[in-house]
Amino acid sequence: MALTLFRGIQTRPLLPYSSAFSARKHVIFCSMQSTQAETSMKTKQQAPSNFTETARAKAVEKVLKDYEAIIGIETHVQLSTTTKAFCSCAYNYGSQPNSCVCPVCMGLPGALPVLNSKVIKCAVMLGLALNCKLSMTSKFDRKQYFYPDLPKGYQISQFDIPIATNGYIDVDLPLEFGGGHRRFGITRVHMEEDAGKLLHTGNRSYSQVDLNRAGVPLLEIVSEPDMRTGIEAAEYAAELQRVVRYLGVSNGNMQEGSLRCDVNVSIRPIGQEQFGTKVEIKNLNSFSAMSRAIDFEIARQAELYNQGKDDEVVQETRLWEEGSQKTVTMRKKEGLADYRYFPEPDLPEVILTEEYVNDIRDSLPELPEMKRRRYEEMGLTMQDVLFLANDVQVAEFFDATIAKVSDIKLAANWIMGDIAAYMKNEKLSINEIKLSPEELSELIASIKSGTISGKIGKEILLELMKKGGTVKGLIEEKDLVQIVDPAEIEKIIDKVIANNPKQLEQYRGGKTKLQGFFAGQVMKESKGKANPGLVNKILLEKLNA
Amino acid sequence: MLSSVQNPRILLLHCRRSKPLHHHYAKSIHATPLARPISASLPTSQIQTIQKSILSREKTTRQFTEEFLNRLRLTEPHVKSFLHVSETVLNEADEIDRKIDRNEDVGPLAGVLVAVKDNICTADMPSTAGSKLLENYRPAFDATAVKKLKESGAIIVGKTNLDEFGMGSTTEGSAYQVTANPWNLECVPGGSSGGSAAAVSARQCVVSLGSDTGGSVRQPASFCGVVGLKPTYGRVSRYGLVAYASSLDVIGCFGSSVADAGLLLQSICGHDKLDATSSKREVNDFTSQFISKDYFESQPLKGLRVGVISETLGDGVDQEVVSSIRGAISHLEDLGCSVTEVSLPSFSLGLPAYYVLASSESSSNLSRYDGVRYGNQIVSDELSSLYGGSRANGFGPEVKRRILMGTYALSAGYYDAYYKRAQQVRTVVQKSFKAALDSHDILISPAAPSAAYKIGEKKNDPLAMYAGDIMTVNVNLAGLPALVLPCGFVKDGTASLPVGFQMIGAAFDEEKLLRVGHIFEQTLQGYSFIPPLIADEFIS
Repeated sequence: MALTLFRGIQTRPLLPYSSAFSARKHVIFCSMQSTQAETSMKTKQQAPSNFTETARAKAVEKVLKDYEAIIGIETHVQLSTTTKAFCSCAYNYGSQPNSCVCPVCMGLPGALPVLNSKVIKCAVMLGLALNCKLSMTSKFDRKQYFYPDLPKGYQISQFDIPIATNGYIDVDLPLEFGGGHRRFGITRVHMEEDAGKLLHTGNRSYSQVDLNRAGVPLLEIVSEPDMRTGIEAAEYAAELQRVVRYLGVSNGNMQEGSLRCDVNVSIRPIGQEQFGTKVEIKNLNSFSAMSRAIDFEIARQAELYNQGKDDEVVQETRLWEEGSQKTVTMRKKEGLADYRYFPEPDLPEVILTEEYVNDIRDSLPELPEMKRRRYEEMGLTMQDVLFLANDVQVAEFFDATIAKVSDIKLAANWIMGDIAAYMKNEKLSINEIKLSPEELSELIASIKSGTISGKIGKEILLELMKKGGTVKGLIEEKDLVQIVDPAEIEKIIDKVIANNPKQLEQYRGGKTKLQGFFAGQVMKESKGKANPGLVNKILLEKLNA
Repeated sequence: MLSSVQNPRILLLHCRRSKPLHHHYAKSIHATPLARPISASLPTSQIQTIQKSILSREKTTRQFTEEFLNRLRLTEPHVKSFLHVSETVLNEADEIDRKIDRNEDVGPLAGVLVAVKDNICTADMPSTAGSKLLENYRPAFDATAVKKLKESGAIIVGKTNLDEFGMGSTTEGSAYQVTANPWNLECVPGGSSGGSAAAVSARQCVVSLGSDTGGSVRQPASFCGVVGLKPTYGRVSRYGLVAYASSLDVIGCFGSSVADAGLLLQSICGHDKLDATSSKREVNDFTSQFISKDYFESQPLKGLRVGVISETLGDGVDQEVVSSIRGAISHLEDLGCSVTEVSLPSFSLGLPAYYVLASSESSSNLSRYDGVRYGNQIVSDELSSLYGGSRANGFGPEVKRRILMGTYALSAGYYDAYYKRAQQVRTVVQKSFKAALDSHDILISPAAPSAAYKIGEKKNDPLAMYAGDIMTVNVNLAGLPALVLPCGFVKDGTASLPVGFQMIGAAFDEEKLLRVGHIFEQTLQGYSFIPPLIADEFIS
């Protein structure tokens, strides 16, 4: 079907996702992989300007002496099912507009939705992972509103009986922000379908509708208003991202819109029980943006209250503008929108059996919180724990590595050091580098046993990450086995001393610093294979003889 | 009267003054020896006749098809059943004949001309649902029922008129044309499947598909003197049926005999993975029910417990209709049924509950016709006025009325008082039907409180029109199957209009309804339900 065009329509200037979309257009997805390994704290450090950053932090710090912020988050997670929620269309992000559509997701007259059972599975998985109570009988409802990206004029969603309710999520705050463990409440998780997308032309004389995304399954996760700072909110969202990635239900990619957060922020004087007026913030394309937007909003609201302009804090939807680092009014709420929910008559009730739920519960993977606690018990520092458990692929790599290696700390250091640096430089994920966890174990074992030196280990590692292969193979191929035979080392030392009589004279004349020179020459002569300890020991004996 | 017989050309102008049909028909046979009756005095299955004739090569599919097309050409200017007539009908007939020549399998509905209500999607014909908003709309796909028909060898002859989106009881609510009742061209054919009922009544096609949300197959069947079958909700896939009220909509069948309606149902029913509400229950072979009258026992329905719904024969029901139903009841008793009255106290609650629920669902289902897609877009600078303008311009008054009612009923603060309340009534209705059907095999009522009325009579009185649905809406609320078949006539001036009675069965027991209906029809003496319009027209 060709693009549907409509002429001469002035759409609302700022739309929930259209602006996100236009902003997205300027973002090139070069950093997709690094995003996966990125925590909110890391992005925080990459914030555009350190000056404004510090200024904002100070402003918020000051505000929070008098006010308490109340933050709740609604998150939409796009499920990575093979097909859409109610039809058999595949959805691939970035496909040609209107190429992933069929009569059902286009809402053509007579077409009917049929639920993809994978959507229920994902919802149950997430519900269990978020420690929710599951509704053994739930249903779908129609949420009705008119918008050109909504082809049926209603969205199939869940209203009064969501599939999961009343759960919580555990978060470990980064050490840079004081660390600490938090538990945030989850109000509900429900299933629904995504809408299409509008593409506005430059001069806004017409808009185009792309229905590829229409009907893509979403889980909406609503938190309790338990967060108090931008960092807490960002960490909540980051943890949710980790959970969906650990579960494999979504790629959780914020730039692609697979994970979208709308944040509600209000503040109240400390000690006051009644909530202040809440403001919704949209267009948060990263955790860092979320944190910054919330801090800005807290400061903005406090400023208004401090100036006695209480009535200027109104219930509205504001948009985070990355350019100006500000929130701006998108639309003021005129009372509550009436979506005229009613039960979706085209779909039967969703009935879960104990057996079905138990099967899913039994097959759940280890979740980030469990992983962190386990790593902690293994004796790793919180810094290490947070790093390793952040990315499910890294965590799995680490787990596979330590299955065969006794020195856990060493394994962690390799991953967090040379491997992480390489991944960052090459913009690769840990699954994309050629090194396997088994070879990393082998490498660590070879160094520990003294077969190769640490220095050679680093070289081999680079080779393994770039080209793959085995540690043993590389050692053999390049003849890199460490020389630990004192007699052999002695031979090399004798040769070096014989070749440098001038330096020997100087050394013996009191310039003992030249020992380093000799050691270097020996290592060079041995192609780095000589055991440094032995070299130093024998060298000293010879020099001082 | 006789002049009309002698001069078929002016027949159409006089038919509405003709005398009761059975007399007229008998005479016309004598008066016009060239006539080729398509039916004896007792209805026979045209599907079986066609199947037998073409397979035995007694007659070709083309010959049958031409007969129907000729009749269609002659009657259509007066009846106006069709919004679109296919141009490939004869080619398809020839193709079937070629297949027969090659001894290939042609399917159980081979050569059967089926008309399809225009709210059922057909990929090769427009599907407007009787609305301006879907003018020239051509679906990208065939409805599952249509697909199954084609697989059974049926020929889709065209798309029939209806009240816009199925909302109405007269077919006057079509955005395109008013269909006339073949029995009296000044009368409505009923609705909303008026076009499909009239087309079968006028023998413009063999059988037809309609849809029934609150009686839209059964009431026009009664008005047009044909058999109308509303299957159990979930028996026939709704995929491709333009939704009016999704929890009530079913695709139904029209035929000039019970067997034809049953055979049509046989080929379209069954589970469809494209409709989550379609039932996975197995479907029995109905054909075994349609045995020849010669094999009937003396009391073939002995022991059948029939309950007459007492609420349906009281005030507000035309006395002539009541006496026709009484006649049908005594005929059932003659066949061996034990007939008792049964009270369904919730019966009168069904009508308001139906209009709340159907309107609510329709207000949602029709949201997609917003001018952004499907054409009919008005030029506007602003989005909300584009929506408002396109919809104000495109929908007819009855549709607007129901969208407004439904939107109101679902609004915050009113939901509990209307929608939720109506759902509770629905549960009560379901329970009372269940109880009544536990102690009876079938339930009986008129199909409508009156016979067909004049075009325009209720057009400006929607409440009077809604009240006419009293006999049928409860069955949709309960999701049960029901069969309407003609059983008598009421006087209409000097002529007559047919009256149908409704038999309601237990869920998924269409088989029993078809068996009882077939025996009833094959043993009902002294009536013929062929409208005067064509009674002596069997001119080739």
